[in-house]
Amino acid sequence: MSYRVLHYINQFFAGIGGEEKADISPEIRDGLVGPGQALNPALNGEAEIIKTFICGDNYFANNIDAVCAQVVALVKEAKIDALIAGPAFNAGRYGTACGAVCAAVAKECNIPVITALYPENPGVDLYRKLIPIVESSDSARGMGKAVPAMASVILKFLKKEELCKSDHSCLMEKGIRINMFYDENGAERAVAMLVKKLKGEEFTTEYKMPVFDRVEPRPAVKDMSKATIAIVTSGGIVPKGNPDHIAASSAQNYGEYDFANVKDLLQNEYITAHGGYDQTYANEDPDRVLPVDVLRDIEKEGKIGKLHNKFYTTVGNGTAVANALAFGKEIGQKLRDANVQAVILTST
Amino acid sequence: MKLELHRVKVKKWAFGSATGFANATVTVNKEELTALLLQDERLAGIELHLAHPGDSIRILPVKDAIEPRCKLEGAGEVFPGYIGDVDTVGEGKTLVLDGAAILTTGRLVAPQEGIVDMKGPGADYTPFSQTANLVVYITPREGVVLHELENACRMVGLKTAHYVASSCKSAKADKVDSYDFPPLAEAMQAHPKLPKVAYVYMLQSQGLLHDTWVYGVDAKQILPTLISPTEIMDGAIISGNCVSACDKNNTYVHLNNPIIESLYKRHGKDINFVGTIITNENVTLADKKRSSSYAIKLAKMLGVEGLVISEEGFGNPDADLIMNCWKAERSGIKTVLITDEFAGRDGASQSLADSCPEGNACVTAGNANMLITLPPMDITIGDLPTAEVLAGGFFGSMNKDGSMDVEIQAILSATNELGFTRNGARTE
Repeated sequence: MSYRVLHYINQFFAGIGGEEKADISPEIRDGLVGPGQALNPALNGEAEIIKTFICGDNYFANNIDAVCAQVVALVKEAKIDALIAGPAFNAGRYGTACGAVCAAVAKECNIPVITALYPENPGVDLYRKLIPIVESSDSARGMGKAVPAMASVILKFLKKEELCKSDHSCLMEKGIRINMFYDENGAERAVAMLVKKLKGEEFTTEYKMPVFDRVEPRPAVKDMSKATIAIVTSGGIVPKGNPDHIAASSAQNYGEYDFANVKDLLQNEYITAHGGYDQTYANEDPDRVLPVDVLRDIEKEGKIGKLHNKFYTTVGNGTAVANALAFGKEIGQKLRDANVQAVILTST
Repeated sequence: MKLELHRVKVKKWAFGSATGFANATVTVNKEELTALLLQDERLAGIELHLAHPGDSIRILPVKDAIEPRCKLEGAGEVFPGYIGDVDTVGEGKTLVLDGAAILTTGRLVAPQEGIVDMKGPGADYTPFSQTANLVVYITPREGVVLHELENACRMVGLKTAHYVASSCKSAKADKVDSYDFPPLAEAMQAHPKLPKVAYVYMLQSQGLLHDTWVYGVDAKQILPTLISPTEIMDGAIISGNCVSACDKNNTYVHLNNPIIESLYKRHGKDINFVGTIITNENVTLADKKRSSSYAIKLAKMLGVEGLVISEEGFGNPDADLIMNCWKAERSGIKTVLITDEFAGRDGASQSLADSCPEGNACVTAGNANMLITLPPMDITIGDLPTAEVLAGGFFGSMNKDGSMDVEIQAILSATNELGFTRNGARTE
């Protein structure tokens, strides 16, 4: 008996229409539609496309959760063994839809899923960490290459076989770093890599350098004497006892503390939770890291309008960028909601 | 400069009436060593423990690891500036108690210190599960300030290492390794067909308590300079670090720098290894710019074609690593970097705090944020309550059954950036 496959495609590949039909609601058809004609033979009779789920790209974008739930329900009802979505090439909304249904089905039904996208498709960044994605070209001209690659990978998943080298080479990296033990120590690997680099031979770096977000500085505050100023620190200053248990390194949370009535951070009332520096001087006078005392002074002098009544704090030591980003977004939103005009960020 | 390392293979420590070596065992007179160490008035108590590979023992927090060494012949004494005088070392003969290590511990400068498990899954991540260890547990006197305590603790490790080795001078070496570092004039003429290569050795100097010492000088006060590998083997570089245990270079790994070892191995075959440049990792931008420019200028003066650059620590020093990298590459010098990663517990974050396109050849010692469960051990040497505040531990680290959940960041040398271990990472 062959495995039962569900194929997800959009209105365009179903032959219903282009942009003008992008609002059509989901439709389920038995058997093959559109690219399924090419996909089904590539499954070698070991698996078969039983049903095709068709949805307009705009309809999907406006009803993501509902459509994903419909796909999940169909998978359960029709006893589907695997989901193939797309290929969506460089079609942004379609690619996002393919990623979303695959992620939902993988999570809810725990069956193999696959899609194929062009590396710059926005669906890649959204879903690469959650689902396997075959790298495709930017247009349907790449169908002939994407289809057999998807078929090969999904069949291996279904048969619980190891992926081969060519499977790995056509799958996009999830971007997850996994620890492993090499055969040689790091020093030997480094010198061997240098020898290759010097000879002009091919070498493989063990870590591709990341590309960073750069944040444009905001324009200066026009009138500080009317502005509400907040303070936020990655230096780990917390009330004594560290009530929110912020870790000394690799922080998983941040703290929010009201200090409306605090004029000065006193020794024994505030401490640092930070494990990356000698805590002696921060604990002796926590204002050294979070300068509440001088900010109260300039507030009194009228140089700033008001010091925001809450400060936010975390530990920057060995903390993953993804965590820092999530903290930053939440803190930023809270400050914006509180009509804060500017923030002083202190580190260590 | 010629140095012979006379390696005496050690498998075991024991306590006994006289300190000395016999049958692959180092015997230590507890009272004599304790009395020697307690001469330091900053200390209230010393306890000595033994930990061997396979023992059900957890040691934490470990501050430093030191290999017992002493001079047999030649000028000066090991650990210049601390045990020896400040004159140049790195020539003659040095005794090495190979396979033995001194580990210093105690409730000193937590939270930053490290875990050594002698068995179980944690043992795979620390090289010090494979050494026979003499563990020195230190109790400080009340009122001694932290940086003084760090100094006291550092001295305990160095004194112990030297005391033990000095008591084993009559032991016959199992192996003698010779290292030669010729004058530059000769080095430049040698192996004319091979590319000249140097090593840029970054030393942790973020201070406070993030310090490395060179002949007794705080590395944050140096300009980058040349050093002979043989001086390093005699203990010219000492760790004074209380940073995350996974990627601080303790004194043991300085003494046994594997990059120097690997460069020597390839010397005369694939490369002409002509120099080691030590540089620092200070926190101000001016210092970073000055030191990276000066270090790469020295590499240019040596006329090298390639550099291995090793980092110590993470985060802030990533900026120094990257400056060293692009300044070298843009001068036409090819680089390989050794670093480690803080990619989050799920491995999904970017691993470094700084980056440049020139850093296209990078060796990684692994993701330090990876979680590991360390099963309970029969014996704990040190201070278990520190687990929750050590870097890599967290509140809730301690489980009811006595096991601990920690990031490998907390394990001594787990992601060592001298490439001391086989640990690494890949992308999936």
